[in-house]
Amino acid sequence: MDYSWIQIAVAAIFLSVVVTLILSRGYGWLSPTFWRNAAVVSSLIMTFVLLWLTFDTANRIRAGAGRVPDWSVINYEIRLVWDPEKRRQIPAVGRETGFFGKIWSREEAYQLINKGKMTLQSRNCMECHQILGNGAYYATDLTRAWLDPWWEERIMPLTGAKTREEAMRAWLKNPPAMPQGPRKMPNLRFTDEELKALIAFLKWMSAIDTNGFPPRFAVAQ
Amino acid sequence: MATSFARPKAQELFESQKLALAYFAVAIVLFGAQLVFGLLAAYQYINPDFLLAKLPFMTNRTLHVNAMIVWLLVGLMGGVYWFLPLETGREVVGVKLAKFIWWVIVAGVGVVVLVYLFVQIGPGNALTLWFINEGREYVEAPRWADLAIVAWVAIFLYNVIATTLAARRITGLLGVLIFDLVALGALYTAGMHYTVNVTMDQYLWWWVVHLWVEATWEVLVGVVMGWSLMYLLGTPRKLIETWLFLEVALVFGTGILGLGHHYFWIGTPEYWIGLGGFFSALEPLPLVAMVVHAVYDAGAHRLHTVNRPALFWAIAQAFGNFVGAGVWGFMQTLPQINLYSHGTQLAAAHGHLAFFGAYVGTVLTLVYIAVQNIRRPATIPLDSKLWSWAFALMILSIFGIAGSFTISGFAQTMIERAELGSTWNALIQSYTHPWYANTLAWRFGFGLLFLIGYLILVYDLLTIGRKEEARAH
Ligand code: HEM
Ligand SMILES: [Fe+2]
Repeated sequence: MDYSWIQIAVAAIFLSVVVTLILSRGYGWLSPTFWRNAAVVSSLIMTFVLLWLTFDTANRIRAGAGRVPDWSVINYEIRLVWDPEKRRQIPAVGRETGFFGKIWSREEAYQLINKGKMTLQSRNCMECHQILGNGAYYATDLTRAWLDPWWEERIMPLTGAKTREEAMRAWLKNPPAMPQGPRKMPNLRFTDEELKALIAFLKWMSAIDTNGFPPRFAVAQ
Repeated sequence: MATSFARPKAQELFESQKLALAYFAVAIVLFGAQLVFGLLAAYQYINPDFLLAKLPFMTNRTLHVNAMIVWLLVGLMGGVYWFLPLETGREVVGVKLAKFIWWVIVAGVGVVVLVYLFVQIGPGNALTLWFINEGREYVEAPRWADLAIVAWVAIFLYNVIATTLAARRITGLLGVLIFDLVALGALYTAGMHYTVNVTMDQYLWWWVVHLWVEATWEVLVGVVMGWSLMYLLGTPRKLIETWLFLEVALVFGTGILGLGHHYFWIGTPEYWIGLGGFFSALEPLPLVAMVVHAVYDAGAHRLHTVNRPALFWAIAQAFGNFVGAGVWGFMQTLPQINLYSHGTQLAAAHGHLAFFGAYVGTVLTLVYIAVQNIRRPATIPLDSKLWSWAFALMILSIFGIAGSFTISGFAQTMIERAELGSTWNALIQSYTHPWYANTLAWRFGFGLLFLIGYLILVYDLLTIGRKEEARAH
């Protein structure tokens, strides 16, 4: 799409006003007819713009299309880097590291992340945490959970795990046993398979370009 | 068609009005459930170990939020069943079917609540999403319940359209109602699909959440409040309908693309930052118009009305909608602010104030109007001392609750988001800060006060007008 948001906004409002005025010729601006026309016209035009933008957005947020990473991203190192042009953090994909000691094919990665998403929903994570900033406000935002330095600094020593994914799995197995701060996460009775999938989902999500949210993630500690 | 509604007299109720009474009764019971689970969740903020294994925060909050959505929707639909026969001058078409689906829905809500309470979670597969919960905030209801809700709304829509057709006359209010209900139902179906792509998931999820509360519900409120003002003040139809059209033009004109204020940070393209910020910043405009309308109408009648509690809740609704949705919403809707406040306690402050102001006020207006007409003969004017206590206590405590959330939201925004970069440690740093930690108790205290207000409200609804009723016999 080659239009800027200002062009879209101005065009939508301009069209709404002009069409309303044309349809309401002969009626004063205090008459019900004038406002009835305004209501119908503005609703339809705004709905039309929304649908049109939805097609554009849907295309750009397909996995692998740029903003949302391909499933196979779980095989790689992910970092947040400063983008001098956009002047905000963006996720960057680094060297191949594997995930839980193996390289996952695109299809395997997709299956795993899909299972992870279902696990996330089945345990109602969003009613304590935020996902991309949305959800309840009791626990951490999970958007960049994969990249949280806390895993290396606190959880790896605590669990004796060698890699980040193993530390996450060890901790999520029974969170109340290793409380971090006053608020505790309940034991959600994950199986090992579910945890592997869930962590894959979190890793994949951490590589979504979120226009810089959360701001300056983990820059100051 | 009457330009205004006849004042209440001891007339027989229409069948659909009897159904409306059942709607209101269930709504008020679920209102109580909302408060109980809210208080449990608020207490867990203070004492995180409380019921951690048996009834965790996530379950209490799910029930708190879901009970609210259901009772408010039920209350608004009840208002339509109440006024529809008055507006069309006839019994609602298909009212038997409506009664049937209603009891199915009540039973369904019971099952969903029991499953939430005692099953809570399931394995990570599609069966869980079908039968236990969908794990998506506000629309957790399992898929089977989604389908039941769609059937329910479809029958409701049929009632409204078929009754309008049978009356062979469409009014502006009915036109807006039908237009709005079609959108409201269609939007729900957009948000009930599973997709692995979390960005797409949230993109459509907001069609339900935002386009319900900031578009279609607002317009539904415009319709039932229009009917309420005609009843309470005898406001002429032409005035009501002109204002309603203006409100629809502004609500849909700003709110549909205002949806973009939820698309700043979920992975969607940059143009949403501009579009969402611009249109959502204009969303308070219709809310200002509603305040002007309410103040003008009430002032023109010097507060003379047939039903004082209903009129006061109607006026409170106009102000509450403006303050809760307009002011607290605007406070965090510009992207440069939302980057920091997104997903903090500030969103909860706004959510509480907006839902209370816009929707609780509306449903209570409707309930008091209905109550007046089941006391025989209808008491004019309907009044009591108690309603004003409930009114004052509930308004005071919702500001107390939202105020506490706002203060913890400020601390969280600054410490977790702005200073410390939103990590696990950053969250702990923010919620142990005194501004956040100490206001948790205020929040709980005001919650208890709200519960007292609720109990007074229930007692008043059961007794108001009874004395006059007894005297008449
Ligand atoms: C009666 C109408 C409204 C209701 C019931 C309502 C309710 C809510 C609720 C419950 C949330 C929290 C969503 C979440 O879980 O993250 C929310 C978020 C939000 N609302 Fe509203 N709202 C209303 C109107 C408005 C208006 C008119 C505006 C703008 C002027 C607005 C701006 C926002 C913003 C910016 C957020 C996102 C907060 C964040 O980034 O975390 N709302 N609203
Ligand atoms: Fe919104």
